[in-house]
Amino acid sequence: MALSREQIAIRVARELKDGFYVNLGIGIPTLVANYVPDDIEVMLQSENGLLGMGPFPTEDTIDADMINAGKQTVTAAIGASIFSSAESFAMIRGGHVDLTVLGAFEVDVMGNIASWMIPGKLIKGMGGAMDLVAGADNIIVTMTHASKHGDSKLLNKCSLPLTGAGCIKKVLTDLAFMDIDNGAFILRERAPGVSIEEIIDKTEGKLIIPDNVPEIEF
Amino acid sequence: MSGFNKVVDSYEEAMAGLEDGMTILAGGFGLCGIPENLINQVKKSGVKDLTIVSNNCGIDGFGLGVLLEDRQIKKMISSYVGENALFERQMLAGELEVELTPQGTLAEKMRAGGAGIPAFYTATGFGTPVGEGKEVREFSGRSYILEESVTGDFAIVKGWKADRFGNVIYRHTAQNFNPLAATAGKITVVEVEEIVEPGELDPAQIHTPGIYVDRIIKGNFEKRIEQRTVRTNK
Repeated sequence: MALSREQIAIRVARELKDGFYVNLGIGIPTLVANYVPDDIEVMLQSENGLLGMGPFPTEDTIDADMINAGKQTVTAAIGASIFSSAESFAMIRGGHVDLTVLGAFEVDVMGNIASWMIPGKLIKGMGGAMDLVAGADNIIVTMTHASKHGDSKLLNKCSLPLTGAGCIKKVLTDLAFMDIDNGAFILRERAPGVSIEEIIDKTEGKLIIPDNVPEIEF
Repeated sequence: MSGFNKVVDSYEEAMAGLEDGMTILAGGFGLCGIPENLINQVKKSGVKDLTIVSNNCGIDGFGLGVLLEDRQIKKMISSYVGENALFERQMLAGELEVELTPQGTLAEKMRAGGAGIPAFYTATGFGTPVGEGKEVREFSGRSYILEESVTGDFAIVKGWKADRFGNVIYRHTAQNFNPLAATAGKITVVEVEEIVEPGELDPAQIHTPGIYVDRIIKGNFEKRIEQRTVRTNK
């Protein structure tokens, strides 16, 4: 069966390491914060200028001056720091963030990502996504493998305007966990009960299938 | 207003000299840390054909959104503008020019503008619509695009506390773009929640040194919350 949003977040959380600074995008990536293993410490970076994001506040502690990049009210964790937008993107662009998790519309075999603009539909803007994909070395893209109509989102060449070129090396979809290397997707893991045939069927881009593709365990 | 007393008493005085066609840099992220009263004064002044450089454009009826009501904005330079129905209508009708700029590039444009650096190379946006038509240069095998910095005729900034010298500190994440905008205005106006006695602010904790600041005014703030989220458990 395809992974739920929570299962995608749980699988991403297994990539976290003790001492990591992590930027989580809006949507499924945000859920990753709920599944940080108890025995490690990570610091969440929010690109509006907060390193060390804590949980949502209580009604008593809510503060209009304390928000995250999704404009939600949050708290600062112990050990947090707060700074300007330029400082925040110096961290991001300078490659200091250990892991970035974000969503996408399309990814292709060259590591290109399209996540911000669908021509003909309203364009709201890229926010910090272009800086995040350009600056981070370790990025996991979370997305659904195919559209509701069954069209693959894992392509030989992105059809939508790009957010970044040649910057994505790992993709986790509701069906599979893949690396991107040397002009191909490499199937590493599959969702429990999802056949390799289904993944082949829903992947338009060149796909390499190693001999052993384990199911993700929960 | 003279010497090192930068405090002004009225919003008219705070925004004196604002004219049609000027460029205004505004601090704030979403509705957090926006100079809400200075924005209202821009509305009241009735000036037109403004270019506004700000991460967002407020919401309908609050923040920079109020400047859309009388079509005072000609061009908006922002990273994300999706919270605003009037904005959408004016953009689709071709009445409002929008230059979408990656958030980190926007911050660096202001920082560089204030620091006397006319342009900088960044990998952000290379190979995307943002990079189209911009100079590309390779450093150590990676491609970067040349982005020009920005300055404003005015910078409007929201601080927490300031003294009469124009030294400013910001509160929590209401800092965001404010200290960057503050450096890059020909006239920088900062509105704050509190004006404190000289010497009260620790010199080592100042976010914006007074050299960047021309006018200080004390305001009252609504501080509207865009996404009110609270813990449901415990």
